[in-house]
Amino acid sequence: MVTILEVNETNKMIEQEKLDVRTITLGISLLDCCDSDLDALNRNIYDKITRLAKDLVSTGREIELEYGIPIVNKRISVTPIALVGGRACRSPEDFVEIAKTLDRAARDTGVNFLGGYSAIVSKGMTPADEALIRSIPAALSSTERVCSSVNIGSTKTGINMDAVKLMGEIVRETAEATKENNSLGCAKLVVLCNAPDDNPFMAGAFHGVSEADAVINVGVSGPGVIKHALEGVRGKNFEILCETVKRTAFKVTRAGQLVAQEASERLGIPFGIVDLSLAPTPSVGDSVAGILEEMGLESVGAPGTTAALALLNDQVKKGGIMASSFVGGLSGAFIPVSEDQGMIDAVNRGALTLEKLEAMTCVCSVGLDMIAIPGDTPASTISGIIADEAAIGMINNKTTAVRLIPVIGKDVGETVEFGGLLGHAPVQQVNRFCCADFINRGGRIPAPIHSFKN
Amino acid sequence: MSKTIITVVGKDTVGIIAKVCTYLADNQVNVEDISQTIVQGYFNMMMIVDTSGSTKPYAGMVTELDELGDAIGVRIRCQREDIFTKMHRI
Repeated sequence: MVTILEVNETNKMIEQEKLDVRTITLGISLLDCCDSDLDALNRNIYDKITRLAKDLVSTGREIELEYGIPIVNKRISVTPIALVGGRACRSPEDFVEIAKTLDRAARDTGVNFLGGYSAIVSKGMTPADEALIRSIPAALSSTERVCSSVNIGSTKTGINMDAVKLMGEIVRETAEATKENNSLGCAKLVVLCNAPDDNPFMAGAFHGVSEADAVINVGVSGPGVIKHALEGVRGKNFEILCETVKRTAFKVTRAGQLVAQEASERLGIPFGIVDLSLAPTPSVGDSVAGILEEMGLESVGAPGTTAALALLNDQVKKGGIMASSFVGGLSGAFIPVSEDQGMIDAVNRGALTLEKLEAMTCVCSVGLDMIAIPGDTPASTISGIIADEAAIGMINNKTTAVRLIPVIGKDVGETVEFGGLLGHAPVQQVNRFCCADFINRGGRIPAPIHSFKN
Repeated sequence: MSKTIITVVGKDTVGIIAKVCTYLADNQVNVEDISQTIVQGYFNMMMIVDTSGSTKPYAGMVTELDELGDAIGVRIRCQREDIFTKMHRI
């Protein structure tokens, strides 16, 4: 029998500590939509997405209402479009047509983002991959809800440095193409290494080729809940700290698992995974930085930050893994700057630099995320940052990503506003020494020695 | 059919239980258990109810109870039991 204490605890988590299910993401395979005719392909894509996702948003709302737990986002991820459009698209412009179709399908089904305008080029690029990548600036500036990602390396394949070089240029072009809007396009573009097939979180979400025709993936979140739990064990040792995070992560994940099962049952679409990530929002009390500071750091960025993040990430996984049968995606803690008030404050007070963020990405769940940099940062420098981050992912067998926003017309010290969940960010200092000769070499960095496992 | 938990929290006044129970009775919802405390003048009640006989759509009941709460100055939440059992039981 449920007790009044348990009911109150759950409701306090939801109301005061901002526990939510961050996203229900419907993954849809578009491989069966392929056609050599672009119009037919677009029609097939639109029809399949709107058919499968027509009840996604309403079902999400129903679950939200019945269980009293907010489900913040309802989203769609699709098969990497470079694979789907390969037969029909002859040029980057053709790919932009698909982006517009995806945008229309997203709008008509009511989801706020649709991910999968992607290419997987960790070992090499097909002509279709390259055309898609070159179309990204135009695609992201002419659509509202489409998110794009490019996987440029993995532990098994090494890093495709040609793609890294190209992506530095594409990030810049995307920034230019959306400069009227604070270079917002770059907030919808992420460069990944070791991208998982089943990630429900944007902008890196896509429906990998290893997945079923359609699946429901759920991402849970609860930085506020974890922070609150830690307030109760101030000054206690690390064993108690870790145990507290673990127990709380378990409860948070159970809520996600319940929502995932319900959504899957009501929509008649198989359940894929629960992603146990702590994802912050710009609202006060929903910050991963807040958790790290609660552990005893004066500010995020202080010595000890990486260790604190490492233990947080590990305990979240340990607590969550038993709460759900299928855990996947990125699972851990996100450390975006613009989406986390604690991170924004830390940057503003000079405690958190790009270099410290890079160190933190060795132990977080993803990587350098939502970081605004000066608009005049050269493409080769962006490529250099991407290469560094990919190398961390490749060598350490983890997913890493880069979502940098070179804000055209802004410089260090200025602030840029993206609005909504994307938040706002101070423009951060980037190391000004040149790496162009390194990036211009091109080719591929071979896979590390520990990739030879079979 | 899963059970539903109704929680009522707010400043104590006369007739809160009566009004909630009247609403439930009118909609054929059976009350199975009530526990209630008053802490420093704050009313805190949890009801376990069975909605399987109710003809009202679930979402409608959630909204109407919410409105009823507004009318009498308390917060009424209506949630399926699973969210609590799943979170607190292995």
